[in-house]
Amino acid sequence: MTTKRGKARRATRAPAKENGGHVITVTVNGTKYVRTVEPRVLLVDFIRDELRLTGTHVGCDTSHCGACTVLADGHAVKSCTMLAVQADGAEVTTIEALAPKGRLHPLQEAFKEHHGLQCGYCTPGVVLAALELLQVENAPTEEAIRTAISGNICRCTGYVNIVRAISAAGDMMRPGRK
Amino acid sequence: MQARSFDYVRPATMAQALKVLREEGSRAKVLAGGQSLIPVLKLRLAEPKLLVDIGRIPGLAFIEERRDGLRIGAMTRHRDLGLSKLVRDKYTLLSDAAASLGDPQVRNLGTIGGSLAHADPASDWGTALLAFETDLVVRGQQGTRAISIDKFFKDTFTTALRPSELLIEIRIPKAERTDGGAYLKLKRKTGDFATVGVAVQLGLDEKGTVAGVRIGLAAMGPTPMRAKKAEEILVGRRAGPTAFAEAAKVAAEEARPASDLRGSAEFKRAMVEVYARRALETATKRAGR
Repeated sequence: MTTKRGKARRATRAPAKENGGHVITVTVNGTKYVRTVEPRVLLVDFIRDELRLTGTHVGCDTSHCGACTVLADGHAVKSCTMLAVQADGAEVTTIEALAPKGRLHPLQEAFKEHHGLQCGYCTPGVVLAALELLQVENAPTEEAIRTAISGNICRCTGYVNIVRAISAAGDMMRPGRK
Repeated sequence: MQARSFDYVRPATMAQALKVLREEGSRAKVLAGGQSLIPVLKLRLAEPKLLVDIGRIPGLAFIEERRDGLRIGAMTRHRDLGLSKLVRDKYTLLSDAAASLGDPQVRNLGTIGGSLAHADPASDWGTALLAFETDLVVRGQQGTRAISIDKFFKDTFTTALRPSELLIEIRIPKAERTDGGAYLKLKRKTGDFATVGVAVQLGLDEKGTVAGVRIGLAAMGPTPMRAKKAEEILVGRRAGPTAFAEAAKVAAEEARPASDLRGSAEFKRAMVEVYARRALETATKRAGR
């Protein structure tokens, strides 16, 4: 195995069936949820409709825009292009996890400071895509930042301020700072 | 958007998966990373009765080099292929393909095997692997067989895989130090399919003559295709601008692009010539590093 995706930790048995649905266990923002879902339910609909966490947005619903990006086992994924049953046993992080007690995450502070958002619709997805990058590289090059958010579309501000914000957040998150 | 209802199973072992596939036949569809299949289901372009999720079967995600070459497990994510130092050092064109494919989110979930089985005409992996003498290892209830990449793609979204079979591994002959490759892709934006994609893998002899070469083209017909006439022109020729210009022109003539939103057939043909020439140049530079 050359991969380190933590799959071994995940449940390998098939989810139990119940009334045509499947019982899944998904940890979202540290809280474990056990729910029965139809196999066709998308992860984004599970998060929004079932768990009522509406910070994750549906943009295009066709896998193009990245607004629905969440982290699954630490990796950015489009929750409109993943089934909830596929997330059985996974740890999911949504935008709600970033400011648990109303205290903004450095990425959120930086987006505010550097005008990295206008309407804000794409922002949760962009922030989570950026978070995946900053978790492994807190002094990324501009090119690395642009690659990391290349699956996310913003239709308001353009990307210059978003890139600045992510870079500034990296500075804030570097050990020894704050 | 919502897919039509389907049932879902997640076999824990390959044997279980093969049993389900044999029993369910074409009612079932294999779910790997889902980055092609889920959009297809949402658009209701396919309406399988059952998804067989092979994502938790152990031992299907690996990248390793044996004496005879590179072996890649079918469930290996695009991301992991892009990060592999072994792949970057010795099979560089696969690194190029991994980096140019989809976008970061797609690369985090999508798999090389899923992409091949989906068989899009613009498949980056299909095109890249055509530039090697790739064998695709498939397993069915009767046992294991290898399908040459040259015989794998039958038509758009159609492969030589039987409904009861599972693609499990990709095998590529060992690259020598005097081999080099490149995959170049023209795309409108990140995440879009290739407007034009050219994969070149070549081997040079000690005099700088092309000893062997394979060229794959993306989005130039119903399936990824080889530019065989261009390959023939190059073998035995000195690797350099004259031979490359000639071969690139022939590759463009061999290509069968269709006019669509990504450009006219004429434009795409012109770009095949440019990208083929550049891919040959880059592959040559990388050979014998």
